[in-house]
Amino acid sequence: MLHIAKRRTVADRVFTGGLIACGVLAIVPLISVVWTTLSRGSERLDIDFFTQSMRGITGAGGGALHAIMGTLLITASATLIAVPIAFGTALWLTEYAASTTSPAVKALARTVRGVIDVLAGIPSIVAGLFMYAVIALTLGPGYRSGFAGAVALALIMIPVVERSGEEVLARVPAELKEAGLALGAPQWSVILRVVLPTALPGLVSALLLGISRIIGETAPLLLVAGFTDSMNYNLSAGRMISLPVYVYSQWQNKGVDAQAYDARAWSAALVLLAGVLLLHGLAGLVIRLQRQNRQVRRARR
Amino acid sequence: MTIKIENLNAYYGALQAVADVSLTIQECAVTALIGASGCGKSTLLRCINRMHEIIPGALVSGVVRLNETNLYEPQADPVAVRARVGMVFQRPNPFPTMSIAENVLAGFRLRGERLSKTESQETVEHALSAANLWSEVKDRLKSPGTGLSGGQQQRLCIARALASRPDVLLMDEPCSALDPASTGAIEELLGELRLAHTVVIVTHNLSQAMRVADQVAFMATTSAANGGHLVEYGSSTQMFDHPAQSATQDYIAGRFG
Ligand SMILES: Nc1ncnc2c1ncn2[C@@H]1O[C@H](COP(=O)(O)OP(=O)(O)OP(=O)(O)O)[C@@H](O)[C@H]1O
Ligand SMILES: [Mg+2]
Repeated sequence: MLHIAKRRTVADRVFTGGLIACGVLAIVPLISVVWTTLSRGSERLDIDFFTQSMRGITGAGGGALHAIMGTLLITASATLIAVPIAFGTALWLTEYAASTTSPAVKALARTVRGVIDVLAGIPSIVAGLFMYAVIALTLGPGYRSGFAGAVALALIMIPVVERSGEEVLARVPAELKEAGLALGAPQWSVILRVVLPTALPGLVSALLLGISRIIGETAPLLLVAGFTDSMNYNLSAGRMISLPVYVYSQWQNKGVDAQAYDARAWSAALVLLAGVLLLHGLAGLVIRLQRQNRQVRRARR
Repeated sequence: MTIKIENLNAYYGALQAVADVSLTIQECAVTALIGASGCGKSTLLRCINRMHEIIPGALVSGVVRLNETNLYEPQADPVAVRARVGMVFQRPNPFPTMSIAENVLAGFRLRGERLSKTESQETVEHALSAANLWSEVKDRLKSPGTGLSGGQQQRLCIARALASRPDVLLMDEPCSALDPASTGAIEELLGELRLAHTVVIVTHNLSQAMRVADQVAFMATTSAANGGHLVEYGSSTQMFDHPAQSATQDYIAGRFG
């Protein structure tokens, strides 16, 4: 008896140890990425980096202000384009199309879902190529703009935000909608004043998830927004660089002082990484706050 | 307000849930709908405020009159009908994003009706008092409605319905998710509400029907495909003491076992 029990504890220990090892193994790459980016990126993380562009710089010095601004402008406009479309589609699918008997509306809903699935599956470079083709056909092959990049990123963002938004909206209890309708509210009012507020935290994290999905995108922007060493606040015309494209261009087109280019690339990578981690942290915080609220409510019950 | 139901049929797609029910519900009284599970009580109740038709594929034929006006006449607006009739559901469902006071005023807000500050305060106090909840929550009107106990939440939902001053109050098993003490509180409340409201309550609890109801309607189905019909309708004492139909007698005897 004692013998068996001992064997069990040994097996148990080996198993637990194995699991811990797996867990550690999974964290190692993450820690190493963060550590490498931190240690190599901190060298150029100075004031110049945040206040200067690369205009006229061929060696050391310069900064990434133009790329930071580019990332903010392009991401913000991609979000502004994608979010109304994504949430609008999600609302239409969950609130209207789901409760219809009309075969035409059902067919349309199926088609829309199909299109979203296809969009979710296309590689980002294809979204970029698509925008490139559209622009080449309409505005000429040499045309580059931050806005075109934003549209390409919006194409990538829409399915991500739509899907998680739809999931969040579908979780709003039907009882709440019924309660609203039974008070004599029109359906749009129930959606606006009951469904959306109830789903708000989930929708916010869907939004943050979408942003963190596109903020690091490089390929489509390389194609349609191009790269530049100068500031450009104008989304509608002229090349506009973003942080990931900046990293790529610093890495790819090193001047004589290669070390300076490397350092700038790492610093830009660090800024980008910090941004993405911040977004994930925010999304987690929103979810945690919501869960806490629910627990408080349950406890009071 | 008297409710006159004439030849009412209700369907879920091809399935008939209510079959040819005709029934006159007295004003300022509590009428209980009883019957086995699935006999169409909830469906019938939801036809009285046109909530049945929000379900995709649902269909109603027949007439429901509130004081002579037919809710189902072609030009009647279902949304306006629901504003005039209050409804309380089986599970308490206060809006989780709203405070206690906001929950009480939710009907106005959802219908886009504006109230002045004093009107709002008066409405909140009046409705919560009418639901016997005022003294328990008057110091925390701004805290979330979902922070209350189950029984308090259900009374909040009653207050929310009463705030719009409906003449008719429909309740679908309002106590089945509550503990005995909360159930008692709501039964007591029903005794007060019936003085000014026409109350229709669905219940599986026959002792409850006996305690709160003035009139009792017993529904049954012969088979699942046929839809529920009205077997017998009469005063509470008559229905429980001398039911005319053997089906009623059997159901009551079986339930009290
Ligand atoms: N949303 C729905 N879709 C399809 N059929 C439904 C729906 N709701 C109810 N039914 C069916 O309609 C019939 C009547 O249902 P109803 O809910 O009115 O019964 P009930 O008397 O309220 O039952 P219970 O006492 O269990 O609440 C049942 O056969 C039920 O299966
Ligand atoms: Mg029911």
